[in-house]
Amino acid sequence: MAMIEFKNVSKWYGSFQVLKDCTTKVEKGEVIVVCGPSGSGKSTLIKCVNGLEPFQQGELIVNGQSVGAKTTNLPQLRAKIGMVFQNFELFPHMSVTANLNLAQVKVLGRSPEESTEKSRALLQRVGLIDHARKFPGQLSGGQQQRVAIARALAMDPIAMLFDEPTSALDPEMINEVLDVMVELAQEGMTMMCVTHEMGFARKVAHRVIFMDQGEIVEDATKTDFFGTPRSERAQQFLSKILHH
Amino acid sequence: MFTDFDFDVIERALPYLWQGMMFSLGLTLLAMVGGIVLGTLLALMRLSSYKVLRVPAGTYVNLLRSTPLILVIFWFYFLVPIAVKHITGDSYAQGIGPFHSALIAFTLFEAAYYCEIIRAGIQSVPAGQVQAAQALGLNYWQATLQVVLPQAFRNMVPILLTQGIILFQDTSLVYVVGLTDFMGAASKVAQRDGRLVEMYLFAALIYFILCYLASFFVKRLQSRITPPR
Amino acid sequence: MDFGFLSQPAFSGGGTYFDWVLSGIKWTMLVSICAWVIAFTLGSVLGVLRTTKLWWLKGPATAYVELFRNVPLLVQMFIWYFVVPEIVPKTLGMWLKQGMPMPEFWSAVFALGFYTASRVAEQVRSGIQSIPVGQTHAALATGLTMPQVYRHLLLPMGYRIVIPPLTSEFLTIFKNSSVALTIGVLELTAQARTISEYTFRTFEIFTLATVVYVLITMAVTVLMQLVERRLRVPGFIGTGK
Repeated sequence: MAMIEFKNVSKWYGSFQVLKDCTTKVEKGEVIVVCGPSGSGKSTLIKCVNGLEPFQQGELIVNGQSVGAKTTNLPQLRAKIGMVFQNFELFPHMSVTANLNLAQVKVLGRSPEESTEKSRALLQRVGLIDHARKFPGQLSGGQQQRVAIARALAMDPIAMLFDEPTSALDPEMINEVLDVMVELAQEGMTMMCVTHEMGFARKVAHRVIFMDQGEIVEDATKTDFFGTPRSERAQQFLSKILHH
Repeated sequence: MFTDFDFDVIERALPYLWQGMMFSLGLTLLAMVGGIVLGTLLALMRLSSYKVLRVPAGTYVNLLRSTPLILVIFWFYFLVPIAVKHITGDSYAQGIGPFHSALIAFTLFEAAYYCEIIRAGIQSVPAGQVQAAQALGLNYWQATLQVVLPQAFRNMVPILLTQGIILFQDTSLVYVVGLTDFMGAASKVAQRDGRLVEMYLFAALIYFILCYLASFFVKRLQSRITPPR
Repeated sequence: MDFGFLSQPAFSGGGTYFDWVLSGIKWTMLVSICAWVIAFTLGSVLGVLRTTKLWWLKGPATAYVELFRNVPLLVQMFIWYFVVPEIVPKTLGMWLKQGMPMPEFWSAVFALGFYTASRVAEQVRSGIQSIPVGQTHAALATGLTMPQVYRHLLLPMGYRIVIPPLTSEFLTIFKNSSVALTIGVLELTAQARTISEYTFRTFEIFTLATVVYVLITMAVTVLMQLVERRLRVPGFIGTGK
């Protein structure tokens, strides 16, 4: 059974259709890169997975549960799916450790001591243990994003969603975040990443999904996609982002 | 519940109430225009690079904004006749009635509040705009009048109008010096005929309708001005 | 200016005119603080309700705000004092008119409190809504429920953001407490007017009252700046973003 399965998912904002009949799946341990021009619906697609964006048609099964179903306990499902945002979205009024502890204590019911231990181990792992007591505003963008990844990992997620994790970063900070992501991928984490970092895709992705105007235009293995994309739209997009 | 009440009293008092409403609206409009003009000058002074302009304007604005409007009304009700006597030498201060005192009080009081709104509006115009105007060779007044203020006011229109609605509500306070604005008229009828419940509820209803409609239009205007993002 | 008259025995009541001024300050503070308790609690609840997506919570809160901020405070004060005792059930009305102690004071507190609650609600609402929606998404994505998101994220951040506007709302209550003189509360402005009528020292007594208002305003402002600094989030600059 696939970890994440989209079946003909469609979504409208008023009369504007942002997702058109999207069908794809992510198997356990797979790393999927979703790319496409801005406004193509890729962020919306990934936010459907944990129910942050509701959709009107189709079905979306995550870990055996239907996301759109009224009976699904969304907080419980979300607790199992980690998510990393474009603008980090750390909580500015809490220290780095408190950011990592919050959901562990409130959602998983871990004790503060146990949570802190877990948080420190993860901060160690992303190389930020020295910043454990600082506030998000005192860190650089790259550091904040690594904290955000640690925050998601603290929940022991079964899959991770990345929504353009490097596009708000200064160029010199992109690699420190990508390194953490590559490491995660190599450890076998199930990942769905909206990103334009084609180097990352080449290195660790199993499949690449190309979206345009709300449609999944291309859903191919890495080799096929970077070899010769079948659609003209994907070819154009690739030539635009690779040739400069 | 309302069987003991006589709402016909309102109908009989309508012409008198109408006069009162004209007074309220007139006072609001004049004080608003005066307040915006004076407020703009104060804002420019507060943003000036000269201390001699900045400090007095700042003191004035902070003083007025720390004082209750009623006390300001009392102040001018007391001061204006004295000042007029000094200026004209006429000990009876003819032609200067309580209306003028109230108008002066409201204009000077509102100017302090308008100043802060306009100051924020001016500061919201990017510094690059002033630099660009200066680079073209415009002097201070040219840059201010042609480039800065038009942009500032365009953003501020809704807030200035909202402050106007607050001012309209505040004019009811001329009641304390016995002037006959809408509220003054309503309360005079209320006390004369012993119909407090009817008159005060009616006054509340009229104020509500007017202010609600006005703020509704301001909201629509605001969504038209702010470009969709 | 000659402030000697302040130590003269007052026209009535035994004390001096200075005692009248002190009593005025006391009532100004009492009305302001009691009204603020109502305005802050009710306004917070209403403001939070207005940020929810549930129409049956949002609708009544919105109606309240529109009703109470579109009627002048003076009119509301008259309604609490003159109208409410007449339109409630007879026994309650009788008690309000004859049994309840200090009816002017409580009318003023209710009028000012319920009026200002509508303004506080708007501040709290806009404070919460100025928090980027991505923050709520991030909190939900970790599995927190909506009430938990309010408890741990939106309220702590929102209240920090609205400290300055709430301070100015408190100062507005403080200044607006002078409207209570219209229903006979002998607060500072009322005492200043009465003293001026008895002593004709209008200039001096108005100056004194103004200075008191300015000093208290300054004190509150400085105090709240300290509070704001204490609660300031490191590395988090300005409001909103």
